Amino acid sequence: MFNPIASIGRATITLVREMGGMALMFFQVLVLTFRPPYRLRLFLKQMEFIGVNSTVVVLLTGLFSGMVLALQGYYGFRKFGGETLLGATVALSLVRELGPVLTGLMVTARAGSAIAAEIGTMRVTEQIDALTVMAVNPIHYLVVPRFWAGVITVPLLTVLADVIGIAGGYFVGVILLHIDQGIFIAKMKELVELSDILNGLYKAFVFGGLLTLIGCYKGYHARRGAEGVGQATTEAVVISSITILAGDYILTSLLFK
Amino acid sequence: MMIKIVDLHKRFGDQEVLRGVNLDIPEGKITFIMGRSGTGKSVLLKHIIGLLEPDSGQILIDGKDITTMSEKELAEIRKRFGMLFQEGALFDSMTVGENVAFPLREHTKLSEEEIWARVRAKLAQVGLLKDIDKMPSELSGGMKKRAALARALALDPEVVLFDEPTTGLDPIMQMSIAQLIKETKESHNLTCVVISHDIPVAFAAADKIAFLHEGVIIEEGPPEKIKESKHPFVQEFLRALKCPSL
Repeated sequence: MFNPIASIGRATITLVREMGGMALMFFQVLVLTFRPPYRLRLFLKQMEFIGVNSTVVVLLTGLFSGMVLALQGYYGFRKFGGETLLGATVALSLVRELGPVLTGLMVTARAGSAIAAEIGTMRVTEQIDALTVMAVNPIHYLVVPRFWAGVITVPLLTVLADVIGIAGGYFVGVILLHIDQGIFIAKMKELVELSDILNGLYKAFVFGGLLTLIGCYKGYHARRGAEGVGQATTEAVVISSITILAGDYILTSLLFK
Repeated sequence: MMIKIVDLHKRFGDQEVLRGVNLDIPEGKITFIMGRSGTGKSVLLKHIIGLLEPDSGQILIDGKDITTMSEKELAEIRKRFGMLFQEGALFDSMTVGENVAFPLREHTKLSEEEIWARVRAKLAQVGLLKDIDKMPSELSGGMKKRAALARALALDPEVVLFDEPTTGLDPIMQMSIAQLIKETKESHNLTCVVISHDIPVAFAAADKIAFLHEGVIIEEGPPEKIKESKHPFVQEFLRALKCPSL
């Protein structure tokens, strides 16, 4: 039981099996997306649940991130008289990194966990078996709408986080710390490029898919009653969060050359 | 629809649950599969509808082996089946009526009006018409099973599988479910497969009883034959019912 080599082996096997399982589910989702019936209603319902209902959380997260970025940046820049760069720094940090990453993490906490819990409960109460028995493919019915809702809403939420974060930075920089408004905006326009914003949104697109897929996968494979559902939910949040952070590094190194 | 199970084996890890099950399920009859808790009765039932894949053996439905079928072929077979899960497995995000409407929406081209007419008819049959707009969480255990039966019957299946339909119910409700199974079989001309460990219910409703013990069918036949079985396990099972200490 405490044999270190055996436990490394076990962990590796589990890791490979889980990644393989998720990859298989991903391909099933892609294939089943094009199979009728198209479940538009379920898709819209999930857009509401994952997207619309996450708006307030994401706005608050974006706002305070932008504000604290401005505050911290100001004290750093003041040491060498670089306050004029504050607007550009806040905007770049947000659109490239913090917007997509924090949105991904907040949506994971709010919706990814709920997806795992809901699908997990359906698994342990045999509702998923009931779907299968009624000749309804559970991946088609449960996973496809959630996956695409995540893929579409997380970038949209990221835009909101970016915008309100920059507004927060503006409030702290220009109104509270009295940096010249013209310079704040001009430097931001000069240094932030469209590719910065787009690459940030590509990240959000990937994070949206990852967090819904992981939530669905963990719920789908939940076992052993309420305890199993709790465990699936925890694992979904932990794995999604780590995947988002690790994926962020990989995407940054690929996208921003 | 004829169902024939041939030499079915299934193991989970170290545990060999089914060790060569052979069983014929006659058409238009009620067959009870009995045995102690945890002997693999539900596992056997889940094989019949392709929710589990056996390690070896065959399940022949009208002579065709479903264990080698593609998902698509299986889906076609499943439309001819209904299944009543142990806790009902009603979708808890939908009302009772929507639950019954669900298979109709998925697999028929009926209009909304026709669907609801059918839903009301099925719910009336199980005595739940007044609860059509309730959520499953508002129903008692027995009502959930009735609602789930209405859903299982929605597409007018040929076979209905019952997973422990009377477990967790009081004796009066148990008998009323047994009666309901009999009535439904008559009115729909169904083949019923019932998993149970409930002897009185089985004797009240079954046309055929099969005993599953240690992974094989040890005794099968009509209830009268089972009563006279010489098999020690079956005798023990029947004796336990009489509760001599009371």
